[in-house]
Amino acid sequence: MSEQAQPLFDKSLVGRAIRDSFRKLDPRMQVRNPVMFVVFVGSILTTALWIQALIGKGEASPVFILLISLWLWFTVLFANFAEAMAEGRGKAQADALKAAKKDVPAKKLTSKADQSSYETVSASDLRRGDNVLVESGDFIPGDGDVVEGVATVDESAITGESAPVIRESGGDRSSVTGGTRVLSDWIVVQISANPGECFLDRMISMVEGAKRQKTPNEVALNILLAAMTIIFLLACATLLPFSLYAVASEGKGSPITVTVLVALLVCLIPTTIGGLLSAIGIAGMERLLRKNVIATSGRAVEAAGDVDVLLLDKTGTITLGNRQAVEFFPAPGVTAEEMADRAQLSSLADETPEGRSIVVLAKERYALRGREVKGEHFVPFTAQTRMSGVDIDGMSLRKGAQDAVRKWVEGQGGTFPAEVQAKVDEIGKAGGTPLVVAEGSKILGCIYLKDIVKGGIKERFAELRKMGIKTIMITGDNPLTAAAIAAESGVDDFLAEATPEAKLKLIREYQQGGRLVAMTGDGTNDAPALAQADVAVAMNSGTQAAKEAGNMVDLESNPTKLIEVVETGKQLLMTRGALTTFSIANDVAKYFAILPAAFVVTYPELGALNVMGLKTPESAILSAVIFNALVIVALIPLALRGVKYIPLGADAILKRNLWIYGFGGLVVPFVGIKLIDLGIGVFFK
Amino acid sequence: MGWAQIVLYSVVLLLCAKPLGLYMARVLEGQTTFLSRVLSPIERLIYRHSGVKPETEQSWKTYALAAILFNVLGMLVVYALQRFQGELPLNPAGLGGVSPDSAFNTASSFATNTNWQGYGGESTMSYLTQMLALGVQNFVSAATGIAVVAALIRGVRARETNSIDNFWADLTRSTLYILLPLSGLFSLVLVSQGAVQTFQPYAKATFVQPTKDADGKPVTEQVIALGPAASQVAIKQLGTNGGGFFNANSAHPFENPTPITNFLSMLAILLIPAALCVTFGEMVKDRRQGWAILAAMTFLFAAFLIPCVLAEQSGNPAFARHGLTTNANWEGKEARLGIENSALWATATTAASNGSVNSMHDSFTPIGGLAPMVLIQLGEVVFGGVGSGLYGMLVFAIVTVFVAGLMVGRTPEYLGKKIQAYEMKMASLVILIPCALVLLCTSISFVWPSADPSVSQAVKGMANPGPHGFSEVLYAYSSMGNNNGSAFGGFSANVPFHNFLGGVAMWLSRFWLMVPVLAIAGSLARKKVVPTGPGTLPTHTPLFVGMLCAIVLVVAGLTFIPALALGPGIESLRMAGGAR
Repeated sequence: MSEQAQPLFDKSLVGRAIRDSFRKLDPRMQVRNPVMFVVFVGSILTTALWIQALIGKGEASPVFILLISLWLWFTVLFANFAEAMAEGRGKAQADALKAAKKDVPAKKLTSKADQSSYETVSASDLRRGDNVLVESGDFIPGDGDVVEGVATVDESAITGESAPVIRESGGDRSSVTGGTRVLSDWIVVQISANPGECFLDRMISMVEGAKRQKTPNEVALNILLAAMTIIFLLACATLLPFSLYAVASEGKGSPITVTVLVALLVCLIPTTIGGLLSAIGIAGMERLLRKNVIATSGRAVEAAGDVDVLLLDKTGTITLGNRQAVEFFPAPGVTAEEMADRAQLSSLADETPEGRSIVVLAKERYALRGREVKGEHFVPFTAQTRMSGVDIDGMSLRKGAQDAVRKWVEGQGGTFPAEVQAKVDEIGKAGGTPLVVAEGSKILGCIYLKDIVKGGIKERFAELRKMGIKTIMITGDNPLTAAAIAAESGVDDFLAEATPEAKLKLIREYQQGGRLVAMTGDGTNDAPALAQADVAVAMNSGTQAAKEAGNMVDLESNPTKLIEVVETGKQLLMTRGALTTFSIANDVAKYFAILPAAFVVTYPELGALNVMGLKTPESAILSAVIFNALVIVALIPLALRGVKYIPLGADAILKRNLWIYGFGGLVVPFVGIKLIDLGIGVFFK
Repeated sequence: MGWAQIVLYSVVLLLCAKPLGLYMARVLEGQTTFLSRVLSPIERLIYRHSGVKPETEQSWKTYALAAILFNVLGMLVVYALQRFQGELPLNPAGLGGVSPDSAFNTASSFATNTNWQGYGGESTMSYLTQMLALGVQNFVSAATGIAVVAALIRGVRARETNSIDNFWADLTRSTLYILLPLSGLFSLVLVSQGAVQTFQPYAKATFVQPTKDADGKPVTEQVIALGPAASQVAIKQLGTNGGGFFNANSAHPFENPTPITNFLSMLAILLIPAALCVTFGEMVKDRRQGWAILAAMTFLFAAFLIPCVLAEQSGNPAFARHGLTTNANWEGKEARLGIENSALWATATTAASNGSVNSMHDSFTPIGGLAPMVLIQLGEVVFGGVGSGLYGMLVFAIVTVFVAGLMVGRTPEYLGKKIQAYEMKMASLVILIPCALVLLCTSISFVWPSADPSVSQAVKGMANPGPHGFSEVLYAYSSMGNNNGSAFGGFSANVPFHNFLGGVAMWLSRFWLMVPVLAIAGSLARKKVVPTGPGTLPTHTPLFVGMLCAIVLVVAGLTFIPALALGPGIESLRMAGGAR
């Protein structure tokens, strides 16, 4: 599913956001944002001054105070609106998810082995460890792992992808999500989450923003904004005694009014960024969701922007998922038929695509039919042995990576023929994967598995390199094979013959060196590494263990998605930085508008600073306040969409953004305030 | 000629910065130097007798506590010596004890490296007080600054440790290896040029032509103040102290007798702050970083120096309107030093937190006077105080890195250290405190009634009415609130109210900044070093230097534009417009 094209200002969303902007006037909500809280207090103060003016003892004309105070309230409301819009877009998605979370009946098995006896209970009564039977047409009642059976499942409620997926016991496609539907066949699911803790629940709470905590960078920025607010508060408050002195010393004019001081303060404090800050954060999470990635914490999204090492699984990420057997190479003294027969035999119970392709190749080349092999003879692949095979008819057949098989053979006193070694190296150099087949202590030969590098992946890696991110390919292949694929795909480095321990060690080493590591994974054996990585994206098709260990889940199970996650993280920071710069740069024009207006009666010379030629002091001050409020609204789309990220060096990006938001921020308000003054100036004389 | 001098000055300054900077790096790293043969026995002797174990590592909290305790004790000593100087020796002029408020102000002023002087040296302080109280603080307050910046640099450089080394060792080494040899050398030059250095009582001269005082009584003789001045002047300049031995400070011929001493004094003002940038680059093992900071400082300095010189050269158009011709603004300047040397000194002494003067800043043109005032308000980071200028600038660099980091989409890092919420909190304090102190103290003095309740304390002390009077008060509290110590002149601050308020402001501005700076040092020291890559924002490029300058200017600009508009701003518009 590609990014959904939802209009930025959907009608129903806007309606709800407007209602929410008023609901957010609650002081308890306002106080959470120091910058906007100052505006909030200022609005109350000017409103009080207006009432005082109505009674007849006002410091300025009631109309002027009313206008100022109205626009201050608008400023607060606009900021609320921005936040409500961001939340609203998330909520719309949450509602869609909630629709999927029906309380369905579940067929709870009384014993795991016996699929015929079950009792029907409500899904909300299921607990971790319960086994349920899900048959064709049933909704899966909760998150869990398939322990038996195979079925096609419609996961469109979660992923938006309409094509059904296969879920089966064992392997890395065993995890199912509550709320999805079995289309054909049946499976037994072991429930892995208690009610309220399941994936869908977490997803809903994330997109609703209910549990949203400020991310570390947001906290740091908030501190800076608060400090600036204090500085401006002092600069404005101290103007009162200074103005009293000026009036006394010059003997004309009147001291600056509190209304004007509040107006000046609100214009100066960074309301643009302050008002949009939380919207930026929420919108970032929501943008990720639109890319079908669910982050379980905002912290992880932010960290993604800082990632400098990216660990990618070779299979499925760099190469097209499955490797195919294309050739058998028998060892000296072994016939091609014998070799093919043993290879097929060892692969009959192996359900991996590679295993199946060996069976198929043997059938096609040597007309060898598949035979029935009982499951108990099968020796499954494990990450530690890195071999699989069968023990049948007194034969111990094994196939696997050359170093693993060598160890196994040599452990039984056998040797590894040089011819096979030469072939293995040759295949490896060609970028293929050699699988060595052995019977007992005897090497039978090797199988050539071919890997196909995905199109366009090289360009992606070049882009990452420009962003300053190092890519590392993780593979179980031997170093030679790995090197060939690495060269073909353009990754910076690779980890060959990777075991879970080796992955974990690699991540730790990079982290010790001060780097931030991101990885994608789907298998249970990825879980420790996922837990260790700073940004860990688990594939939704992966196991429950992998999903628990990661801090993001990619619903589309597309491992290159990490690149987009990184971009979203960077966008998040850049948007904050750009709006902060813009906000501060705006202050120059506001000083030019308000200072002469506030003091021109006492010091007529200050009229020289009215470079915009604003009509009257009142219209100047009001124009600045109106501009300040409107600019928040004008920047809502930017806050929601994020600043465009272009993969360039840090220096080039900085230069570009300084021009757009620094210089732009300097110029825009001069034009904006002048235009507003022209518009409202007709009412002032 | 004037501009040629300014260029010569800048070139010599930058040439001297490198060797001295590298030397100071060796000193602060505890390595042997060419002076070690002579000085290390003395150093060991000091450690042995004071019970200091120089290799003991201190956490930032211990370090900060040591620095503050040491300085508070120093302050008490200075206070006591002033109060009891009447009963103590080396007081040939027979000066009595200093009043409590003035003594407090001066103690705070000298312990904080501000050296604001509410008093007149020759009419207030005995030789003993000058040497034992003020002279000692001139050394140790500067050494404290060097120590703190050394701690910050170590924090930047360290990898996952709690220690930022030992305050006592830093203090001792900075004094012994850096400040003492340099000021010894400079004192000798001063004496050779005619600066006084004596314990003899004040001299008396009989007028050839007697004159009359204000009451019409005949005056036949003049007292000529003397004293051990040269040694004091040397450290006053080198340690960015600026407290003059005599009231006229460096306009006095006994402090600054010749063009050579004038040139060398100006050099001494910026020498150590400039060289410390090189030290910084050397200690973090990336000299480009030091040059970048020095470049930012030099750029900002030039940006204020040039308008100041131009404004003073062009003089006051008001004279022309009265039919008088002048080729420059000569009011309040020492004729033997000239316009350019006065303007250069004024900018150098306010860029650095020195504060010694060779002309009356009060009499500068509005723009000419604005330059020193803004340089102070920038937070004393353009060269700034010995040590304190660099640590202030590094804090600004941290803020710059933070903003720039956001704009490039990466958690900011400076020299491999991630800048996070804690650093931002402390950096905000460092920037916020002086701004707040200046604005608050200025406005308090405008609302606090004097003996005459209708006149505020600020208005009472002013020498001029109107916006210029306002500038005088703003300048005074900018100077104290940023630990500069230079006086605009004109404003009478030696009254209990200003002595107390200013004394508190100076103390807070010095130590409430030092603590967050050391907190940053401690926090950075604990962090991992992030290796640089293409995604890292380089902090030695012209772009970064430009942005650093912009941030420094923006912070001060946004804070002080309203106040400055009401002081020098109006004055300048009026001078151009022809009023008054």
